[in-house]
Amino acid sequence: MTVTDAPRIVTSRLEWSDSYSLDRYLDTGGYEGLRKALSMTPEQVATQTDAVSLLGRGGAGFPAGRKWSMLRKGPVPYLVVNGDESEPATFKDHLLIERDPHQILEGIVICAYAIQAARAFLYIRGEFALGLERVQSALNEAYEHGAVGRDIFGSGFSLDIVVHPGAGAYICGEETALLESLEGKRGFPRIKPPYFPAAIGLYGEPTVVNNVETLSNLPWVMVHGAEAFTALGAGRSTGTRLFALAGHVEKPGVYEVEMVKTTFRDLVYDPALGGGVPGGREVKAIIPGGVSAPWFGPQHLDLPLGQDEVAEQGSMLGSGSVVVMDDTTCVVRAAWRITRFFRRESCGQCTPCREGSGWLERILRRIEDGSGQDSDLDLLMDLCDNLAPGVSWPPQQTTICVLGSSIPSSIASGIRMFRDEFLVHVKDGGCPYG
Amino acid sequence: MTERHLSAEMRTRAEELLELYPHPRSALIPICHLAQEQDGWLRPEAIAEIAELVGLAPAEVLGTASFYDMLHTEPVGRYLVAVCTNIACLLRGAYELLDHAEEHLDIRTGGTTADGMFTLEEAECLADCGRAPICQVNHRFFGDLTPQSFDTLVAELRAGRHDAEVPPHGTLVRVRRQGGLRVDEDTIARERAAMSAAIAQRAGGGGSS
Repeated sequence: MTVTDAPRIVTSRLEWSDSYSLDRYLDTGGYEGLRKALSMTPEQVATQTDAVSLLGRGGAGFPAGRKWSMLRKGPVPYLVVNGDESEPATFKDHLLIERDPHQILEGIVICAYAIQAARAFLYIRGEFALGLERVQSALNEAYEHGAVGRDIFGSGFSLDIVVHPGAGAYICGEETALLESLEGKRGFPRIKPPYFPAAIGLYGEPTVVNNVETLSNLPWVMVHGAEAFTALGAGRSTGTRLFALAGHVEKPGVYEVEMVKTTFRDLVYDPALGGGVPGGREVKAIIPGGVSAPWFGPQHLDLPLGQDEVAEQGSMLGSGSVVVMDDTTCVVRAAWRITRFFRRESCGQCTPCREGSGWLERILRRIEDGSGQDSDLDLLMDLCDNLAPGVSWPPQQTTICVLGSSIPSSIASGIRMFRDEFLVHVKDGGCPYG
Repeated sequence: MTERHLSAEMRTRAEELLELYPHPRSALIPICHLAQEQDGWLRPEAIAEIAELVGLAPAEVLGTASFYDMLHTEPVGRYLVAVCTNIACLLRGAYELLDHAEEHLDIRTGGTTADGMFTLEEAECLADCGRAPICQVNHRFFGDLTPQSFDTLVAELRAGRHDAEVPPHGTLVRVRRQGGLRVDEDTIARERAAMSAAIAQRAGGGGSS
């Protein structure tokens, strides 16, 4: 079965209860990828990463190697690592941070070597208290072991890594907001262009920003080579990927599966993965790729978990989250709660997002409470159109960052897929699900 | 020079943090966490001292801190109980759990118990959805919750049975940084050049055997 045949690239150690310790890491091949990388030239390491076409695992899916090659020659660039996982129902970086911090650190040193960065900042979501402690302990061990710090493994390459705690703000997962936050400011996304921090990043200097899962792949790639990685998956979606499965499934959790060769149905129903919907109930809708993504219906279950395959059907793999909603779910309530999240997390810079999120939430709230009006559905879609003109996918943007244009996804999905359910709320003056 | 509010130990740790960054302002949030470790919340006196440490006006520190959910400019209880109600937890009974928590603690969401032990918050997704519904207590996770297991958790917290893994509110990271470079950029550049030369020699095949 394809679901279980692929090697585990980033979750190979999770069976060990002490997977986060240096001893276990070294016993299981840890830091071998770094030793291999340091025996190569930085250009060779960068070329090897480019060859695997590792798509970023943070949400946007941009090729990691391309980000690196955008750095112009110049002053010492910074590497910033995004461990601020906050997209609702996404909990895979959290797992890597708590359970395999050395793998992240090794990936950081390999990347820093390739781009010749002198300093790396690992930005960890503030709410991950245990994760922050595990990463700091691992970093202390890595300095002691000579894998980080001065003259790493006698190579002459030196790198300092600083673990930086966030303080609770979803928007800081957006890379330019993260840089602002790392500079000690409010997490306000920066105006684009420049589109990439490789041009102007931390403190105005060239900066590469990569996600925790993305970099966790690098030790394996160095040891096993680019061909072994690209042999997995298909098309642009190479390798394996972590999927965070949540909601109405028997076994919610994080699963590493081969890209494209695995389908949503495998993920939800395979006994080794989600194990099906509780009580034998039916799938009503699934949210692929985080709450910014348009929803799928049961007819999409056989779609492969590939970046382009999902994009062609009008949604995205995004952050690697998959939420299953069964036939007992009130979609108005689901759309309301997601919209409420965006209202609470809007940074407030742009009017369409700051004001629109509040209006949308209040209208959805009154529909759910039974005081909605016939005209509310059109009003919702009209407001969505102000946020993302055309309410199409990928969305048109009216705001500095994509938070604003992500708000319509759940509302438009809910109305387009389950219009009758919204109308019943209005007509009967309440939620049929109680 | 105003009287110092941060303890000598916190002051030392704050100064260590300042050294980690090319620009002092980057240490603002980590130092705010330290101040919360000392006081449980961000007191105005702490904000004034942080401003002095990072070279800003107190209003700039407050303006930044107030953006972030974890930085509290008003007192909170010894235990900050944050119940997640976002989509993954919602689908598994989070609002029923939050209603129960309000009833059991006899406070509304956002409130603090009269004895100052518990503050209840409704949280956005905390990235532990495999065990939904979940809550955090001082940012430590408790999952697969039911109303009964929530009551047990509260009783155990009151009895101090989670003291080892759940420190009082404000203490975020109990592991201190050890090691690290304090090398100036010129030294790094010189080492880089030597390394590049060695790599070039190896690549050229004319090097040592």
